Amino acid sequence: MLKHLLSGADLDAATATLILDTAAEMATVAGREVKKLPALRGRTVVNLFYEDSTRTRISFEAAAKRLSADVINFSAKGSSVSKGESLKDTALTLQAMGADAVVIRHPASGAPHRLANWVEGSVLNAGDGTHEHPTQALLDAYTMRARLGRIAGLSVAVVGDVLHSRVARSNVLLLATLGAKVTLVGPPTLIPVDIGAALAPGTEVSYDLDAVLPTSDVVMMLRVQRERMADSYFPSAREYARRYGLDGPRMARLPDHAIVMHPGPMNRGMEIAPEVADSPRSTIVEQVANGVSVRMAVLYLLLGGMH
Amino acid sequence: MTEYTAGGDPGAAKPAYLIRGVRVVGAAPTDLLLAGGVVAEVGRDLAARGARVVDGDGLVALPGLVDLHTHLREPGREDAETVESGSRAAALGGYTAVCAMANTSPVADTAGVVEQVWRLGREAGLVDVQPIGAVTVGLAGERLAELGAMADSAARVRIFSDDGHCVADPKLMRRALEYVKAFDGVIAQHAEEPRLTEGAQMHEGEVSTRLGLTGWPAVAEEAIIARDVLLAEHVGSRLHVCHLSTAGSVEVLRHAKKRGVRVTAEVTPHHLLLTDERAASYDPVFKVNPPLRTSADVSALREALVEGIIDIVATDHAPHALEDKECEWAYARPGMLGLETALSVLLDVLGERWDLIAERMSRTPARIAGLVEHGRNPAPGVPANLTLVDPAARRTVDPSEQASRSRNTPYAGLTLPGRIVATFLRGEPTVLDGKAVK
Repeated sequence: MLKHLLSGADLDAATATLILDTAAEMATVAGREVKKLPALRGRTVVNLFYEDSTRTRISFEAAAKRLSADVINFSAKGSSVSKGESLKDTALTLQAMGADAVVIRHPASGAPHRLANWVEGSVLNAGDGTHEHPTQALLDAYTMRARLGRIAGLSVAVVGDVLHSRVARSNVLLLATLGAKVTLVGPPTLIPVDIGAALAPGTEVSYDLDAVLPTSDVVMMLRVQRERMADSYFPSAREYARRYGLDGPRMARLPDHAIVMHPGPMNRGMEIAPEVADSPRSTIVEQVANGVSVRMAVLYLLLGGMH
Repeated sequence: MTEYTAGGDPGAAKPAYLIRGVRVVGAAPTDLLLAGGVVAEVGRDLAARGARVVDGDGLVALPGLVDLHTHLREPGREDAETVESGSRAAALGGYTAVCAMANTSPVADTAGVVEQVWRLGREAGLVDVQPIGAVTVGLAGERLAELGAMADSAARVRIFSDDGHCVADPKLMRRALEYVKAFDGVIAQHAEEPRLTEGAQMHEGEVSTRLGLTGWPAVAEEAIIARDVLLAEHVGSRLHVCHLSTAGSVEVLRHAKKRGVRVTAEVTPHHLLLTDERAASYDPVFKVNPPLRTSADVSALREALVEGIIDIVATDHAPHALEDKECEWAYARPGMLGLETALSVLLDVLGERWDLIAERMSRTPARIAGLVEHGRNPAPGVPANLTLVDPAARRTVDPSEQASRSRNTPYAGLTLPGRIVATFLRGEPTVLDGKAVK
């Protein structure tokens, strides 16, 4: 098993499948009266969050606690970090406290890679800048497999601000590894250069959402920050929604079995219309539930592998 | 080395040196006698006449290297480098003159600051430190600094640069180019369109996409160079382009030179050797501005350097304190050490093309900077500014062995050819047996 999980590229198909299979077993715990396994008793998991991300932090916290790990939440605000402590010094502090795993969310791309040089325990990337968010990709893959029965051969459209999206990068990498065909859709200003060559050959790019929808098994809508229009990525929220937002009429272009995903938090009315978010095709709430199972699986396999 | 007791001429103020059997710029072995600060004699089997003898067997003598682009950090960041420590690093790298960039704290935008740097260089006495003056007050890009006062100062500034920042305002750039004609100055431009590089962290391309780091597009450099060569042509001024880094910039420059524009350009050793793939480690020792580019750019830069489209090699030696590099990529300061490894990198890139190396690393940079005592092949009567290289030696770069106060060399662990055995400044050794003499 891996030591760290920093990137979707760290996972080969066998490892990714093992994580998804393990997550399925973990999911049964959630249905029990006592939602707890003793697997990580006595192990310490630190949630090191340099960005506010309540949903991801809570998901990791729930995952670690259901495995009986001791959880320390270290948030950058009101801590030594806000007093100017460097990431390296924080890492050495966590090391001295005996952290077996550090879950890190950080606004700077690559911060988890730096951290992995400075701590002996496992490092889990819980989102770094505009780079990656591998457990999100795993929970998305888990959700696709649960809904559609497979991942290989699926056509997945990832729609929106790919340029700034760590969710998109991890999904492109993992889905390619698992045999899905990914089409990135958005305005050209929000599609990074050479994305196929950079991440996975065979990744397609389209600027026309309507053309992509009829052949998509999965549509993954990315969060688009309204402030991007101040930087001229698109002229207005309304124009963005008109061209790339998923509304009811557009959803009707999808095949009957297709699902709609969103990593949250959503901008209702911007990239996704309320009637789509709340429709039976939407997997948004399942994604949250699956996130805990997948993170349990990752923690279990990373830390269990140390024995 | 053999020590001879002084012969006659007890009135000689300085000890003289006899370098035996050295290949001057790669030619057949000869002896060089240094006396009175100049090369006194050149020929086979010269008499020592009391001079200290340096065994030059197997060594190549080059005119002392001249760096047009050095950050010495003093005043302001003496924890990263001082004029003295940077001078020592330069001497160990085979340099006899360096041009100190203006982005100190306070900025070298007045006669007072450039004279301070110039004086510190004289006191260190390891290389000639020629200060570069800022183009604009505080490097802010808003109004011209007192360029004439710096030119008239004891530091006799001739190169002006806002390096680290681009003189982005086209009107201000035009005025600066025009104004320095009065004292045969040159504007050294850091070509970076600021709006196109907001938040930029590395070269924009496949690797930046993969790493999720904001891209620094090649066009941001090329667009400014294109504008500036047209401005220089329009006003008939000299332009120097700092650290050219892209294949497209080479084409812009080629076009301008064909038209007769008075433009020169430099390339750094790191842009000749390293590519943007290095960023994949997220180790900010590879973060530099302009960023490391692609292998296609590296190839184009190498060809342009050989061809002469790029005139010189300049180090952009940029020392940074450990805490400014041992951090997240986005928070790290850009820049890397260069003085102590430049010649080795060039030997690695070009091979033993000694005349080309002397041209690109000494003679042409001295001419651009107006340093008449430097950049001259060792010959009778020429100031004895020279360096001796052992081309057969190979060394593995160890950051802890750098004479610089900082450790941010991007070549750690790389084995590179060539070693500087000795450097002479006006006939006095600054480096002997590969060690700084002071």
